[in-house]
Amino acid sequence: MQTPTDSVLASPASPASPASPTYLAAELRLPTNWLDYTILAIYFVVVLGIGFAARRSVKTSLDFFLSGRSLPAWVTGLAFVAANLGATEILGMAANSAQYGVYTVHWYWIGAIPAMVFLGLVMMPFYYGSKVRSVPEFLLLRFDKGAHLLSSVLFAFAAVLIAGVNLYALAIVVEALLGWPEWVSIVVAGAFVLAYITLGGLSSAIYNEVLQFFVILAALIPLTVLGLKKVGGWDGLTDSLTASHGGDFTTAWGGTGIGSANPLGANWLTIVLGLGFVLSFGYWTTNFAEVQRALSAKNASAAKRTPLIAAFPKIFIVFLVMIPGLVAAVLVPKIGTSGSDLQYNDAIPYLMEDLLPNGVLGIAVTGLLAAFMAGMAANISSFNTVFTNDIWGKYVKRDEEDAYYVRFGRLITAIGVLASIGTAFLASSFSNIMSYLQTLFSFFNVPMFVVFIVGMFWRRASMKSGFWGLLAGTTAAMVNYFVLYKQDVIGIPSDQGANFVSAIAGFVAGAVVMVAVSLFTAPKPAKELQGLVYGTSSPGMEEPPGEGDDAWYRRPALLGWGAVILAAACYIPFSF
Amino acid sequence: MSHQEHPERPEHSDRPGHTGPAGQSEQDVHRQVTELEGKSVTAARLFDIRRIIGGLFVIYGIIVTIAGITASDADIDKSEGVNINLWTGLAMLALGLFFLAWLWLRPVAPPTPADDAT
Repeated sequence: MQTPTDSVLASPASPASPASPTYLAAELRLPTNWLDYTILAIYFVVVLGIGFAARRSVKTSLDFFLSGRSLPAWVTGLAFVAANLGATEILGMAANSAQYGVYTVHWYWIGAIPAMVFLGLVMMPFYYGSKVRSVPEFLLLRFDKGAHLLSSVLFAFAAVLIAGVNLYALAIVVEALLGWPEWVSIVVAGAFVLAYITLGGLSSAIYNEVLQFFVILAALIPLTVLGLKKVGGWDGLTDSLTASHGGDFTTAWGGTGIGSANPLGANWLTIVLGLGFVLSFGYWTTNFAEVQRALSAKNASAAKRTPLIAAFPKIFIVFLVMIPGLVAAVLVPKIGTSGSDLQYNDAIPYLMEDLLPNGVLGIAVTGLLAAFMAGMAANISSFNTVFTNDIWGKYVKRDEEDAYYVRFGRLITAIGVLASIGTAFLASSFSNIMSYLQTLFSFFNVPMFVVFIVGMFWRRASMKSGFWGLLAGTTAAMVNYFVLYKQDVIGIPSDQGANFVSAIAGFVAGAVVMVAVSLFTAPKPAKELQGLVYGTSSPGMEEPPGEGDDAWYRRPALLGWGAVILAAACYIPFSF
Repeated sequence: MSHQEHPERPEHSDRPGHTGPAGQSEQDVHRQVTELEGKSVTAARLFDIRRIIGGLFVIYGIIVTIAGITASDADIDKSEGVNINLWTGLAMLALGLFFLAWLWLRPVAPPTPADDAT
């Protein structure tokens, strides 16, 4: 069985890895010239321009934190997918593919689409209709202050950590590819994110995400096409991989029977339950960095369509990250092992260096930098919202005038950026950035999700049960990961496999504790549950569809089920 | 049973409503956000992102297409015999023009003071 020797953007900490930190291979320095830097400079100018131009649209705190709930669905939908399409996702998923093969599709087709559709069709009417401004605020209405404060603090903490991961990863990649010292890229990227969010608030974060979405496509599509051409097309790619890595490497489910060994360290049950259900629903439906995009939509119909519109690009983006990873595994058969200087995370930078001439190379570098900044900005813009509305505005300084909260939001944005520069260094002790993020998500998102799902579907869930469910779920996930897995009490072969199990443990513990606490404590009065629990409705949910929203191609049910069927169909060629 | 409060009821208060020690109820959040929505200026003042995407991709498209037209043999050999700059440049140019055309054909309706689409 393959040991996790992946090292990635951060230095390796797993027991099987060498002790010295290995960053991106030094010989990956890209042959950039003035043309590429011109393209990059234009992008930075536009990013700042968006911030300045969006500034005049900020008057109220709702404008600053939720774009005044006024954006069209295609904008929020693309921002929804782009907020997830950070560079850690791009490099990490290519790394995943070079290491585990076609298993990567699970993170998209089962690990994203069903949850995104569920968010749009089932949960969004409650989120948007209740007019909450954040995910924790929903918990305040459904449960009590305990659940609210705990989830707000956990979220704020996680958001700063993950923003730090993005910043650190950016610095390492930029150092390897362009030769800039780490502190230069940290300061430059931090300053740009700080500038455009403090100026334009969420509107400028979302607009930059939409722009980043197109730039990253312009970077990845040429890379994928050329990569495929280099290895003789899809057939050449699968033939080479079957010869070098075995037949399971190019299938989605091969070797995932319970008890059989595969490099992922997970079987079909942990994939479906851990990744497909718990981790994915936790991430996509209760992670405020994502949900915030939908809450900024202009009406209930646009809010529902936000994750559904995002689902379609998400289905196909996997090819743009997986194929470069697989191509790298063919071109550098020893990638990620001691036989090669290249690490798994080098897959995309390696192909950029090898295949892209100046010009497209500049687009690719710009796309990566844009993706790092957007990944960080999504976390900062959700952090400032939760910190201002849910922590500061409810427990520290209540009842100030609205302009005060806008000023405070700008201040806390600056503090958040500075704090994430600090947390960037925490990321250095984990071996695989994706596992690191997934580990965090399993600790923070999964318990949120269980509390949500029980609270939304079970009226009897009591006011107190929210807090205790959240606490129990988070504790259980952490105990499983740091004690049972890291101390080798139970044998799970890889970090990814352990994440899936931690997620399931957190979910089950949270659910059991919620039920137990509910049986012994008072339920929330029925009239306070209107519009918060499945089967009830609130005035905000009865909003008539906007003009043109009744067109057949805008019907949420059609979009949602269409995405699910398409994702299922995509599995077919990879399953036999 | 869900008609207990009309969401559009005007609130002539300068600051968002809060309740007493019991904390915020659903009605409070609802009222506060509705009030802020009434004062929000994003819809009226935020520029259209299609203009920016269109502009940036037209500029990028032109730059990269020119790099493709003037590509050296070494560049083309590097990218597997494909003039990738030319193709990517043209595709980006097309995307940019698509956004500008969309903006031109379907401009956002000017926001009316009482914009209530029914």
